[in-house]
Amino acid sequence: MTILAVLAGCASPRGTGDLGVIIERAAGSVQLVETTTRTRLAQVTGLGDLSHASVVYSRDARYAYVFGRDGGLTKVDMLRRRIDKRIVQAGNAIGGAISQDGKLIAVSNYEPGGVKVFTADTLELLADIPAGSGDSARRSKVVGLVDAPGDIFVFSLYDAGEIWMADMRNPRQPQVRKFPNVGKQPYDGTVTPDGRYYIAGLFGEDGLALLDLWQPSMGVRRVLEGYGRGQEPLPVFKMPHMDYWAQANDTAYVPAVGRHEVLVIDQKNWTEASRIAVAGQPVFVVARPDGRQVWVNFAPPNNDTVQVIDTLSLSVIRTLKPGKAVLHMEFTPRGENVWLSVRDENRVDVYDTGTFERVASLPADKPSGIFFSARAQRIGQ
Amino acid sequence: MWTIGLIGGAVLAGAAVSAASLVTSPEPTRRVELVHLVRQDCGSCHGLTLKGGLGPALTPEALAGKSPEGLRATILHGRPGTPMAPWRSFLTEQEAGWVVEVLMQGQLDAEK
Repeated sequence: MTILAVLAGCASPRGTGDLGVIIERAAGSVQLVETTTRTRLAQVTGLGDLSHASVVYSRDARYAYVFGRDGGLTKVDMLRRRIDKRIVQAGNAIGGAISQDGKLIAVSNYEPGGVKVFTADTLELLADIPAGSGDSARRSKVVGLVDAPGDIFVFSLYDAGEIWMADMRNPRQPQVRKFPNVGKQPYDGTVTPDGRYYIAGLFGEDGLALLDLWQPSMGVRRVLEGYGRGQEPLPVFKMPHMDYWAQANDTAYVPAVGRHEVLVIDQKNWTEASRIAVAGQPVFVVARPDGRQVWVNFAPPNNDTVQVIDTLSLSVIRTLKPGKAVLHMEFTPRGENVWLSVRDENRVDVYDTGTFERVASLPADKPSGIFFSARAQRIGQ
Repeated sequence: MWTIGLIGGAVLAGAAVSAASLVTSPEPTRRVELVHLVRQDCGSCHGLTLKGGLGPALTPEALAGKSPEGLRATILHGRPGTPMAPWRSFLTEQEAGWVVEVLMQGQLDAEK
């Protein structure tokens, strides 16, 4: 068999910098897409329950690691357009990360609560970090797992209200540093693009938990405490997410919980710089790569809407109605386009971020997350 | 007030729900919408396969022995202190009762 035959589907050698994966959550499949000509390359099936799923990329941006709801960890070869390796490593999982050196894959699990670490090449288990809090035998669900410089994974314990840092320099024996009492029900976490600050959003109280990874001995501090100002929170019909850190200049943008607002944080002193009223409960708050715009989607019943915030004026400059159930947004690496998954219309739409016009539309089966391979080069992705 | 179990022998079940049902079944088009709501939106936390996520599993085994009235109240009014929101602006009491019955009987797939 020739190499050309092995690389079935590829007429000629190609790069991977403009590739991406779209989760088809109901079918348990992913679409491989290419963002230069906005085409679908292939559908890869058999990834299990993807009702919640996320993706990280190998450092060569050839392999996509897909973390599924059912504890499935699937390594997809985007050049051969097929599954390279697949394991089911837990009963219920929420997400994962790849280490700074690209050698380790970590998965955050709900059942049993904890983090498991695997080799990136063969998915061999290296370490199991059960998330038991203190003396309690009860395990906590783990959320907000990210990588950080120094081959460190950072994550939050939803039930226990803790942040843990796992030093993976000896991958079979992680050194775990624990920060208790960070706040009630951290629901997700993210890290600044330089890898310095880890921030966890809190569901159970108004505020965020911040850890300076350059100075962990200073401990976790609470920021934007009491941003709800004592008002009764509005119902949250879908948990917000903290995807890639959304920042522009010296400010960061995060969803408020139980308020129809985006919170703007001054990153110099970690205080509230502003808050922007939006159309509903924000789910994803994502910055265009140049930081000039922040795009926001919403929980039901406002999940047909997307709003665009101008980061100079801190105001909503555009309200789009892409269709029913907009679940995720992903920018092309330099931000000229944004791809939106419109779940209930079985479409992924591509918008020009300068004109706000829809420039392409691709069919997809109940699409949710969209992940482009440029994530391979970013910390915390 | 409409209450589960007080309809006596009047069997009003829809085709896909067990003949022993005492719960009024919504119209077919509404049933499709409710099943979609359960799968997709409840599924965000409880899993598309209802085996759980941030929220607990909603399989017949997980719900066995629980009070249908209590489950209906949880759907409508939420559960303070947890992310379970009050969904009463999305469905009526009757519809919540029907959702509880379909879930407890494991009949959601039959409603496709």
